Amino acid sequence: MSPDNYVYLAAILFTIGAIGVMVRRNALVAFMSVELMLNAANLVMVAFALARGGLDGQVATFFVMVVAAAEVVVGLSIIIVIYRTRRSTSMDAASLLKL
Amino acid sequence: MIPLVTEADVAFWIAGPLAVLGALGLVLFRKAVYAALSMAFTMVNLAVLYASLDAMFLTVVQIIVYTGAIMMLFLFVLMLVGVDTPDSVVETLRGQRVAATLAAVGMFALIVFGIGGALVGVPSVGLAAANAQYGGNTQGLAALIFGRYVFAFELTSALLITAAIGAMILGHRSRIHHRPTQRELAERRMDEYASAGVHPGALPNSGVLARHNSIATPALLPDGSVSPESVSAVLAARSEIVDSVTLSAATAKVFDSIEATRIEEADE
Repeated sequence: MSPDNYVYLAAILFTIGAIGVMVRRNALVAFMSVELMLNAANLVMVAFALARGGLDGQVATFFVMVVAAAEVVVGLSIIIVIYRTRRSTSMDAASLLKL
Repeated sequence: MIPLVTEADVAFWIAGPLAVLGALGLVLFRKAVYAALSMAFTMVNLAVLYASLDAMFLTVVQIIVYTGAIMMLFLFVLMLVGVDTPDSVVETLRGQRVAATLAAVGMFALIVFGIGGALVGVPSVGLAAANAQYGGNTQGLAALIFGRYVFAFELTSALLITAAIGAMILGHRSRIHHRPTQRELAERRMDEYASAGVHPGALPNSGVLARHNSIATPALLPDGSVSPESVSAVLAARSEIVDSVTLSAATAKVFDSIEATRIEEADE
C-alpha cells in the first residue's frame, strides 16, 4: 500500500493540532494539541518506513515518543507551577512580561 | 494476483476517520476532560494505524506510553488544577479564530501540495525483508537501537533523568513556617479560650434526627434553635444544608403544646 493516504491523514491531523494550539486558550488543551502534531509526524515516519522498506523511521518514531514523554513531564509541571501562582491554566494568565 | 482491498486498507479507512474525529473533538470540546478523552481515542486509533503499517512494536508502545502514561498524566493534572477552571469563550484578539483557521488551512495546503506532492506515487517496498533479517519487527528495531543508534539511545537516558529531576524541582514547595506541633496547637487553643473565650473542645457533630442524619443536617440545641457550628461552613455558604426552620418547627410545636398544657394546669 502506497503511503499517500497516510501522508494526507497526517497532514489533516497536524493541521487540526495547529488550529488547537492557536485557538484554544486552556494551556492543557493547547499542550495536548502539540502532542497531536507530534503524533501526526510519527505517523508519516512509520508510513515511510514501510514504503522505503527500512526500520529507521520506526526507530525515529520511538525516539520521538521518548522525547515527548520527557517533554510532557516538564511541561505539565510548569503548568502546575503557573497554576499555583496565578490560579488559572489560561494562556492569557501568564502575562507578567507583557509591556 | 494483487487483491483490490487489503487488510491495511480496511484498517486505514476505519481508524483514519475515527482518528480525525477524535482530533476534532480535542479542538472543539469546551470541557478539558472531554478534550483529553477524545485525544486518548485518537491515540488508540493511531495505534491501529501503526499496526496496519506493520509496526507492531510501535503499536504496543503507542498504547502503553501515549494512551496509558501521557494521556493519564494529562487527566491527572486536569484533576489537580480543577476540572472546571473556566475556559472563557471571549476572544481577546479580534478575529483571532478566523485568522488561525485561515493560517492552518494555508499550512495544510502547503504540506499537501508542497511536500505531499513531491512524495505521491512512491512505490511501497514493504517491511517483509527488513523484518525477516533479524527474525521479527521487535528484533529488527532492537538491532538498530542497540547498534547504529546506541548513542542516541544512551542520550535519551540523560534526557529522561533530567526531565524527572526538573519535574521534582518544579513541583517542590518549601515550607515558609515550621509545622506546628501538637503541644503548640493545644497551647494556642487554650490561649484563645483564655483571651477570647473560644470553645477549646471539638465542634458539635451534625444532627442525627428521625428523618435526616447527613452532614448537611444542623444539630439542634436544647431550645430548638440551630447550632451553626455543627455544619461545615462550605455547605452553609452553598446553602446546601437541610432547612433549619422545618427542623426546629417540630421542636417548637412540642414546646408550645407543653407550655399550653402547663398554662392550663396552672389555671386549674
